[in-house]
This record gives sequence, C-alpha cells and structure tokens, in this order.
Amino acid sequence: MADRTPAPDTPELRERWGSFEWTKANKAKADYHIAKYPEGRQKSAVMPLLDLAQRQVGEETDTQGWLPLPVIEYVAKYIGVPVIRVLEVATFYFMYNMKPVGKYHVQVCGTTPCMLRGSDDIISACKARGMKKGEVSEDGFWTLTEVECMGNCATAPMVQINDDNYEDLTVERLDAVLDALVKGEQPKAGTQEPGRHTSEPSGGPSTLKEMVDANHDYRGEW
Amino acid sequence: MPKVTVDGEEIEVPAGATVLQACELAGKEIPRFCYHERLSIAGNCRMCLVEVKPGPPKPQASCALPAADNQEIRTDTPMVKKAREGVMEFLLINHPLDCPICDQGGECDLQDQAVAYGRGGSRYERENKRAVTEKYMGPLIKTIMTRCIHCTRCVRFSEEIAGVDEIGALYRGEDMQITTYLEQAAAHELSANVIDLCPVGALTSRPYAFEARPWELKRTLSIDVSDAVGANISLHSKGREVMRALPRINDDVNEEWLSDKGRYQVDGLSKRRLDKVFMRKGGKLQPVAWNEAFDAVAAQLGTAKSSIAAVAGDMVDCETMFAAKSLLKACGSTQIEARQTGMTYDVSNIAAVNFNSTLAGIETADAILIVGSHIRWEAALVNARIRKAVKAGAKVFVVGPEWETTYPAEFLGEDLKVLNRVPKALGDAMKAAERPAVILGGAALSKGALAPALKLVDKFGLVKDGWNGFNVLHMSAARMGSLMLGFTVPGGMADIAAKAPKVLLSIGADEMDYEPFADSLKVYIGHHGDRGAHAADIILPAASYAEKDGTYVNTEGRVQFAEKAVFAPGDAREDWTILRALADALGVNVGFDSFTELQGKMIAAVPALGEEGLADYGALPEADANGKAEGTISTYPIADFYLTNPIARASAVMQQCSAELLHADEIKEAAE
Repeated sequence: MADRTPAPDTPELRERWGSFEWTKANKAKADYHIAKYPEGRQKSAVMPLLDLAQRQVGEETDTQGWLPLPVIEYVAKYIGVPVIRVLEVATFYFMYNMKPVGKYHVQVCGTTPCMLRGSDDIISACKARGMKKGEVSEDGFWTLTEVECMGNCATAPMVQINDDNYEDLTVERLDAVLDALVKGEQPKAGTQEPGRHTSEPSGGPSTLKEMVDANHDYRGEW
Repeated sequence: MPKVTVDGEEIEVPAGATVLQACELAGKEIPRFCYHERLSIAGNCRMCLVEVKPGPPKPQASCALPAADNQEIRTDTPMVKKAREGVMEFLLINHPLDCPICDQGGECDLQDQAVAYGRGGSRYERENKRAVTEKYMGPLIKTIMTRCIHCTRCVRFSEEIAGVDEIGALYRGEDMQITTYLEQAAAHELSANVIDLCPVGALTSRPYAFEARPWELKRTLSIDVSDAVGANISLHSKGREVMRALPRINDDVNEEWLSDKGRYQVDGLSKRRLDKVFMRKGGKLQPVAWNEAFDAVAAQLGTAKSSIAAVAGDMVDCETMFAAKSLLKACGSTQIEARQTGMTYDVSNIAAVNFNSTLAGIETADAILIVGSHIRWEAALVNARIRKAVKAGAKVFVVGPEWETTYPAEFLGEDLKVLNRVPKALGDAMKAAERPAVILGGAALSKGALAPALKLVDKFGLVKDGWNGFNVLHMSAARMGSLMLGFTVPGGMADIAAKAPKVLLSIGADEMDYEPFADSLKVYIGHHGDRGAHAADIILPAASYAEKDGTYVNTEGRVQFAEKAVFAPGDAREDWTILRALADALGVNVGFDSFTELQGKMIAAVPALGEEGLADYGALPEADANGKAEGTISTYPIADFYLTNPIARASAVMQQCSAELLHADEIKEAAE
C-alpha cells in the first residue's frame, strides 16, 4: 500500500504553500460545492474542496497535484472544521496525494483479476521506463503507485493515469499510451483493445444479442 | 416501553434503549471496548456481539442496535461465545501482549476480557505484528500506539466532551493511527481523561509511568481541592506516598471526569513540604521545637489575647476553619477572614453567592450569561457542562476579556455597564429562555458586580418554579465552607489589616498580601513552602488535603467529606491538632480534644455541614434597586491554570504543563 503520511512540515513547505488561497475561478467552484449543503453542514463539502485544492496545486506545479499541510489547513479554515478532521479525510482516501507526484500519476491495479491478466508485466514495463513506486521519476513526468481494485475487472489489466483509465492493456499498448502522453497528446481513454467499445464481452456479445443495435423486448420469449 | 427477553428472562426497558443496555438491565455482562455511556456510539470494536431474534441469523453489535418490542436476545449461545472469541482473536492479532511491561496491566479491559471471553490461543501466531510509532501528546499522556485497538474513545471524548478537536484517526484499515495534528500536545484542561477512557495501554499516564501496579495501591475516597467544583476523587497511595488521583463517578458533580490539575498536582504533595517547625531568627528561618514556637506566639500576645487574627487559604477544610474560629473566639477575637485576596462582597445571604442552578442543572439552561469568569480555567468541569447545554441549544454570552470557549459564545465586551443597559441580543435570548442563567465569576465579584447582578434576577426572570438561575462560581475549595462557618468580616482583608493584630494566623493562605501585616507576628500553618511560608515568622507544619479527614463544600453548596489517605511527612500534624495545642499555649479553652469532638461541635454550630449533599440556603435576597454596575473587567484572577495553588506550584508535572502548554512560545523565543 502506498505511504500515506503527509509530507513533512518544514519551513520550506510553509514558505512555498503558506500563502495558498483559491484562485478566483476555484473560489467560485468551492462556494458552489459548499452551497450544495444546508446551513450548518458546510463541513460536508470537505471532499470536493480537497480535490479542488489538489487540482489547484497541480496547476501551479504542472503535476497531478497533491495536498501540502498548509493547503489542508487552508481548506479546514475555509469550512470551519478542525484541521485534524480534514487530515483524517485526506489521509483516508487514495484520490488525495499526500506527497508530491509527477505530471502523470500512473496507478496500476494489482488486485487478483488484473494480476491474472498480466498486471505484473505492466508494473515491470512502468519500472523499465524509470518509474519507481511512490516516487517522482527523474524527468518529473511519472509517479507509480500500485493500487487495489478500481472496478475494471472485465477489461483487466488497467491503469489509471490522472483522471483517465486505460484498460485491456498489454505492455505494447501501455507503451503507446505513455509515449503519447510524453508527446503531449491525449490518448484514447478506456479500453485499448481494437474493436471493443467499453466493457462488453470481448469477441462480441454472447447473450442479449438482439439488444446490440436496438432495444428489444424479450418478455414474450421467457 | 419495549418488552424484550434476555436469555429467557422477560424485562421491560426504557424507550430508546439499546440492546446492550437491555442486557445490562437484565444483569448480563456484555464485553465492550468502544462503547462508553457518556460518548456517542461508534460500533467499531464488535466485542458486544449478541444473538437477536427477529433479525438476520448472525451476531449483532448490541451497542448500536435499538431494543424493540418482542426481541429475543441471547447472550449465552454457542454462536455468541464463538463470535466473541473470534473478535478477541482479531483484536489480538496486532496487539503486542506486552502486559508485563504495560502500565495498564491489572486494570486493562483488554486483558480482563481476553481472559473472560477469549479462546486462549491464536491462529495468527505466525503473522508479524503491526508496529506503530509513538505519538507525542503532551506532558501528561504517554502513548504506546502499537497497543491501540482503534476504539476511538479518545477521539470522541476530545470532540464531544472537551470540545477541543485535536485527536484524530489518520490513515485507514490496518494503517489506522490515533494521533494529534502534527503531534502537538493535547492542550486542554480535561486532556488526561482520555487515559481513563483508553481500554488498553495505548494512552497511559506519563507522570505515573512505571510507578506502581494497581493491586499495590490503597484507595481512599477524597475530594479534589484544586478548584471549587469539589470533584469526587479517589487517592491511590502506596506506603506514605500518594501515587495518583483518579475521578470517582458522581453524576451530580464531576460525572466521571477530572481536571488535569486535580489529577496531576498530587506529585506536589511530596515536594517543597514543610516538615519541621521553623522560626525566623535574625531574618533567617531556623528549625525549632514546637514548644518554643508556641511560647513565642504566647509571648507576642501577652495579655492582649484578643489581638489575634486568622486568615484561611483556598484549600482548607471546614473542621480546620472551625477550630481556628473557636480558638480566636476563646481569645476574644472575631478577626477571621477566608477571602484572602481581599474581596468584600456581601455574604449576609449565602444563597446570593451560591451556584444555585447546581452543576448538573446548568446543563439544562437555555440561555447563559457569564460575567467575569474564565470558566475553562476556573472550573473546567463546569465548562464541560455548559458545552452540553450549548449542544442542546443554549446561547452563551460573556462579559469580560475574550478567552477561547469550547462552544459558540458571544463576547459583550469588558465593560460591566452592559448589566445596567442590556444589549438587545442578550435581552431577547433571556426573555425567550425557559431556564435562563447568570454565572458570576471572581473577576465580577471583585468589581462589586454582585449587587447589580442580583437585579438581573427580576429582569431576566432567573427564579422560576423548580429553577434558580442565579449562580456565583467560586474558585477556592474552601470558599462555601468558610461562608457557611461565617469565617468573614464585612470589610474583608482591609478590616483585618486595619486592626493591626499582634499575631496573624495564616492557615494555608498563600495568595494573600502580607505587606500590611509587617508589624504582626505572622504564623503560617500550612503544608507547602510557598508564598505564605516565605512571609512567615513562625512556620507550623500542617497536613494537606490528602493527609487529613475533612469536610468541603463545593461552589453549588454540596457538603462532601474527604478521608485521610496518607500521613503527613516529618513533624507535620493535622491542622486542628496544631490549633488545639496553640490553645493550650495561649491558656484558653476551645472545647474539643479529638477530631470527633471538633466535628460534633462544628455540626452543632452549622447543622448543614453534618449532612452530605446540597445545603439549603433559602431564597435569594431582594436586589438593591440603586445598585449600578461600574468598571471594566480587564483580567481574570487566574493567570496560569496549572499553578493556582501551593500544591500545584510545587508539582513538577504542573510546572512542566505550564511551561510547555501555556508558555511554550516564550520559551522558544528565549531559546532563540
């Protein structure tokens, strides 16, 4: 499992992030999230706000973003919640990065279905490109994390890179995706298997075949 | 009222009760770790599993399951036994089982329940145990986090009771860890209660670490004298030393909490003690014999026996004050005063200076005006009660300098004039309230705000059927007792000074100003080498609250009796015996020769002191229509929560708390 301890609270960290505050656009977004909850329940907005803060840090550092302690304190203050309560949330969910990450955060699923479909090779391929688990690669591009099931077992193996999933991977397909990212292109998200659209059975449907093109009423055939 | 069957026995339980409570009512013991009567229900330890029908055919966590009509609850089936064994086995996977070196050993819920409900072995013996780094939580709480079983009682206590959110559970699953933010010290007045709450040895007492085992300790029922709340405590002693103080359960007074000062000042009982008779000779205090000291007092008085005055300190018991009063009466003097800091409020009607709502009652108030009291420091347990009232919807207003409240409160400024012309928000809240309350603190009393505050009784309708919302919050454990005994003169300390007594008996008075008594022979009868002893000409070593029986009256007028836990060190004697011997030296008769006789005389004089429980002071006095509130409250009497009395000042733990928790910034600056 990934190391979830927050980055150490150093004077440098305070100096870099101590003056963090929302950009104008993000402030509007933050207030929009808070306004979803009734009066007195503003603290319910903690999760979208942490995500927003992480994205803003990401924009400022040209990475996926992470949550330095001063930023967590800022969010806590913004919704009037003791900072320890916010830190509990931030350290609980894997979508929040507690340490700096690269421009692309490669999260490889290593749970059983993906492992059976070759996630070990995927991880080796990532490592071959210079990625190390929990660290930012030397070129600043990559951070590798092995994660538990992401719910894409039908299209295993898969990786999640920032906001997108890439599924049905082989080492070659993964390389193609990563190469595209390096070039600044946006590869096609989702399954990488030619001819497959989403997570339908590979090789075409084996049941409900009449439903492929149009809705079909099966009830008379029961 | 639902009717349920517990192990075949049908009982009726109150509506809203849980299955666990139903089982307890039926006399069945349900093992538990996370469930605690005074905290919210978490349901995460799973130790309280029982079998309930109707319901799914699996064990149910009884602490979080409401009892419903016709439920059939079983606590004695093989399924329950197996479930408990399973949970215990899981809990022990990562528990270090280092009981021989654990301070909780002998009073550990996990240890006890593992013996009673465990299976005697583990199927996980080959697994490595999880290790967790120690967390710093301040000078009072020692942590060994590998022992933690994640019941989250400490988290819930600091959030719900103390109102200072500082402990939390970080990370998830097997990595979950209990810690404070950035391992800052838990810095509030009730922080050490989490040690009692911790069912295992994860949070233990740092000052008491490796000092004693629970079965070596003698327990004595006592009363906390560090403030005027009169928290019920039990003093645990080993040999001649008090090792620790723990709270006793008393729902009317302290529930089951205790302030950090009451709990940890006890190490001061063995430091800086006066254990010999001293007399000032040539400007220096020299050890002398008792007789020499007594003779010196008698010689100073000569034939003018009535030129003697007595001042009582903050931690003196009623018996001692009565003995002093008797001695002075026999000498023909009435110069007695217990309000040693020079306060002069009217005490002709004690109801006017009593906490009339009662400590438990203030929880039910729905609008509270606090005048001149830093309640968190002056009575931390009352603050926890007010927090409960606020959680139930009460509004709180404060007159005085701002302090960090643990609940939302509106500060109305420092000027007392707001009592004459009440701001609209306050007036409206009080008018709308069914149980309005006013709490007057020491800072307000010293500014003469008692009379104008009494006018608020009619204005706000503080007195109603079954409700008296007029409260004075004292800070000294001896205060209500001294008022009941009439240990006052109308002009206070100024009156005593004006009489220029030849002999001044200072009975544990360490906060008074000794300057006006430069010409008096100052005799200090007390237990610690503190301010009083420094000023004294003769020191007669006496007993602290742990070393004598005594009656104390708390700020709500509750008469309580404390027992002697240990013997006073060296030549120190119980206070009343010193006063009795002094009577012989002065050639007067005080009328008692034993503690029982003294107590009997005291109860004959003030019958209410003979009955444990709330004393009845009658109705509030009529307010003086001309009373006007004036002046501003610029400071509160307590400058440092941890160092308010001679025992606390002598305590290394309290000094460390003060330095680390209150003055950490100054120390840091000095170091830089």
